[in-house]
Amino acid sequence: MDMKRDYYEDVQLFTSGVVVFWMAIMLAALAIFPFLATSYYIYMANFLAINVIVVIGLNILVGYAGQVSLGHAGFFAIGAYGTVILMTEVHLPFLVALPLAGLIAAGFGFLLGLPSLRLEGPYLAIATLGFGLTITQIIGRIELFGGRQGLHTPELFIGPWHLESDRDFYFLLIPLTILLALTARNLIKTKVGRALIAIRDAEIAAETLGVNLMGYKTLAFAISAFYAGVGGGLYAFVLRFIEPEIFTLLMSIMFLAMVVVGGLGSIMGSITGACLLSWLDLQLRNILSIPYLGKWLEALSQEWFSITGVSNIQLIVFGAILVLIMLFEPLGIFGFWIRAKKYWKTWPF
Amino acid sequence: MIDFIQMLINGIAAGSSYALIGLAMVIIYKTSEVPNFAQGEMALISTYVAYMLLEQHQFPSYLAFPLSLVFAVVLGCILEFTILRRAKEPNVLGMIIITIGIEMILMGLVSWKFGAEQKSMPFPISPYDSVMIGDFFVSTLEVLTLVVALCTMIVLFLFFRYSRLGMAMKATQQNPMAARIMGIRTRRILMATWGISSLVGASAGLLLSPVIMQPYMMWDPMLKGFAAAVMGGMTSLPGAVFGAYLLGIIENLFGGYISIEFKSVVAFAVIVLMLCIRPSGLFARHYVKKV
Repeated sequence: MDMKRDYYEDVQLFTSGVVVFWMAIMLAALAIFPFLATSYYIYMANFLAINVIVVIGLNILVGYAGQVSLGHAGFFAIGAYGTVILMTEVHLPFLVALPLAGLIAAGFGFLLGLPSLRLEGPYLAIATLGFGLTITQIIGRIELFGGRQGLHTPELFIGPWHLESDRDFYFLLIPLTILLALTARNLIKTKVGRALIAIRDAEIAAETLGVNLMGYKTLAFAISAFYAGVGGGLYAFVLRFIEPEIFTLLMSIMFLAMVVVGGLGSIMGSITGACLLSWLDLQLRNILSIPYLGKWLEALSQEWFSITGVSNIQLIVFGAILVLIMLFEPLGIFGFWIRAKKYWKTWPF
Repeated sequence: MIDFIQMLINGIAAGSSYALIGLAMVIIYKTSEVPNFAQGEMALISTYVAYMLLEQHQFPSYLAFPLSLVFAVVLGCILEFTILRRAKEPNVLGMIIITIGIEMILMGLVSWKFGAEQKSMPFPISPYDSVMIGDFFVSTLEVLTLVVALCTMIVLFLFFRYSRLGMAMKATQQNPMAARIMGIRTRRILMATWGISSLVGASAGLLLSPVIMQPYMMWDPMLKGFAAAVMGGMTSLPGAVFGAYLLGIIENLFGGYISIEFKSVVAFAVIVLMLCIRPSGLFARHYVKKV
């Protein structure tokens, strides 16, 4: 079916004309979207794009290299604070500060990757989780970072271009997201990507074949942290205000959830998973205003639960999604896609 | 010196509740290799059941607490039966995700039902009662927690060493296939494991409830208990207890002498450093995987 006959067929970006066609349509849609949509939907698109960036990065670590991270909110925070501080205190332009903050996050990712050489499973989970919690605690205590009060982001200029509205930011964010997604996709097809996959599938076997475990594992952490850092830097400018309370353990869990729902080891899966869950996240924040369902839930809450806690339905929905995905399709949306494709290719049989 | 001993006592008191959660996690990890992130929320929901029975249905406390513990056992069994048993191709990441999912569901249910505000649990012992031991004040609740933790340890130790069910659990962990051939119903054993673990966790939740009672109450103890279990090696009961007391004491000494602000995160720094030196924890033999 999807047999690859030579190397170039494996690395090519578009496998068929159909893919090119749909990609072109999607790009066109993305380009005209901000002229049609209201400000809230543009804000939503920005929010989605940032999650896409972080989730692609996390998928490189979790899906391709097979490591667990429950501390990505930490890298996200480093990126956000790094970008803002580099701009306000060091007076670097945004386009320099953002990758620099990403590199700082990557440095921390490298450091966190070092213990991962000897840890696996629950041990690695607790180590990364501890990292994420510690980073937010430390940031909250440092005066330069605004402490508990948080920081306001400075005005955003790129050369003469003043990015004031969400719409301006959208035109910066979407090309950046596409660029980062393509980078990740191509990275996976190189020697590095194959090494990471080998590590995931069989660590010792990969080592005996000459894959440098130390190098590639820490590299996976660093790349993943870089994506999270860049995402964080952009997120600061979407919110225009950052404080340590934003970067919670729940955020790390949500990133991991997006990776799993989208599909481990699939860039397209990450994109769909991130979009789907962040969209749900935004929708469920005002759950009572959903037509029909909202009324019913309100009645249900008054009868059996409490009306003040109704926003927690969000948690229940996400939890249920995670459990159901893991039980019925461990490869997430990507898994459904593969199955659907197989079914239709061999259709009447 | 007085301060030091007082801090030590506080550390031991904090360690006791970590130890209970840590034990609960180890019981599950030992038999089924599932790092149970839902442990804290399983305890949380049992605690709220006790609260509901006491406050809203006016049960006497000698009835409400045992009933909530029974609920905990049933909850553990149900979760194992309906969710964990159905998992396809279980690997560590998948199990982490599933238990996080369960955790979110339980947390959401409790917050939806009771709201986020602090409740006051009508516990028979007030957290402000204290007894004098020598020159030191120790709250009665802390003494009770310590006693419960110690009793749980001893009972669990005896249980795993001498009872039929306990030995069957050990057999299931060591070699599920051989255990099945020997006539052990391994799936039922796993279910019982979840029940027992949920019971131990719920006792920690109940003992914490007079001090703090809100949906987020179990986050910190759960993470610390997990950290303690990891420190002890995830599979060793004495290891988890030792790790829990060590973390409790380090945390309180650090809070007293160095920085009170970073008290709650020092445990994780210790964990990361310790794992760098002994990657499988203090008490477990390092397990090397074959290709």
